[in-house]
Amino acid sequence: MTAHVPAQEHAHDHPTPGTYAKIGLVLFVLTALEVGLYEFTFGEQAGALGHQIEPFFIPLLLILSAVKFALVAMYYMHLKNDSKLFSGVFVFPLLIAIVVILALVILQAYHWAFARSG
Amino acid sequence: MSDHAHALETYTGLDSRKLAIWTFIGSECMFFATLISNYLVNKGRNLVGPFAHEPWTDPATGQVMEPIIEIPLVTLGTALLLFSSLFVVLALYGAQRGNRRMLLIWLGATLFCGIFFVGMQVYEFTHFVNKGLTLQRNMFGASFFVLTGFHGTHVTIGVIWLATMFYLAVRGKLPPERSVNLEMAALYWHFVDVVWIVIFPVVYLIR
Repeated sequence: MTAHVPAQEHAHDHPTPGTYAKIGLVLFVLTALEVGLYEFTFGEQAGALGHQIEPFFIPLLLILSAVKFALVAMYYMHLKNDSKLFSGVFVFPLLIAIVVILALVILQAYHWAFARSG
Repeated sequence: MSDHAHALETYTGLDSRKLAIWTFIGSECMFFATLISNYLVNKGRNLVGPFAHEPWTDPATGQVMEPIIEIPLVTLGTALLLFSSLFVVLALYGAQRGNRRMLLIWLGATLFCGIFFVGMQVYEFTHFVNKGLTLQRNMFGASFFVLTGFHGTHVTIGVIWLATMFYLAVRGKLPPERSVNLEMAALYWHFVDVVWIVIFPVVYLIR
């Protein structure tokens, strides 16, 4: 079975420039939050509160990055409006990539902990 | 690309070129996963400095040196790369609607941001080498240069691709029916951006 779908068919489903600008502003604010969090925790002005935040620093940073990643993929790369096949072709390898990173990091952490304990 | 390209029929009903670029981007996820894993696995396993976030003692002079990472400059590069994603999507919006002025202005702004980012990385690499950090120096140097170097190469390829699109747009050879060509370049550019969204905290912010 074949189907005729012009390349521009979905073009008008895409967000407006105003929406793109709002997403850009959110991305900028999230980046500023990331750097602010770093300065607050490790910078020259870091105080007692910074030390209290330190255990949550990496999880917070990863959450902020994940939100930025999702916003760019959904709105700027149009995955929110485009065919689900494109989402599948991107998200499936992305999940494998995340599993690979986690597996290698956990494996190495286990290896080094084991090596230290003898 | 033929003007009739948009009229091609496919089994999926989707443009094969877009499916191809998404498949390529999927494979690139795996590629960068290996490089990011390599960086994380070797993080903190340096026998000698320079270090990313900690002061270090130069064995030759006995002098205590500052950490090598410079957050402000990289933050500026990161912000411009993020804004370039906004600019290229606005350029695509203009291209799809035949708004040549909008296409040229925002594509030009995207190119400026991309060139600034590459320049920032060239400066950073030169600065690091001058401070004694090379590929062979320690595990941080090896994994850092490989990860950010490959990303920088991708940015450079993206700049060349977008510059080609800009040239075509100036010549009037990027009408709405051919805007999928810019859409492919834009998808690649966004991917380069999302990779940096991961690299920036992993390399520069997490200690």
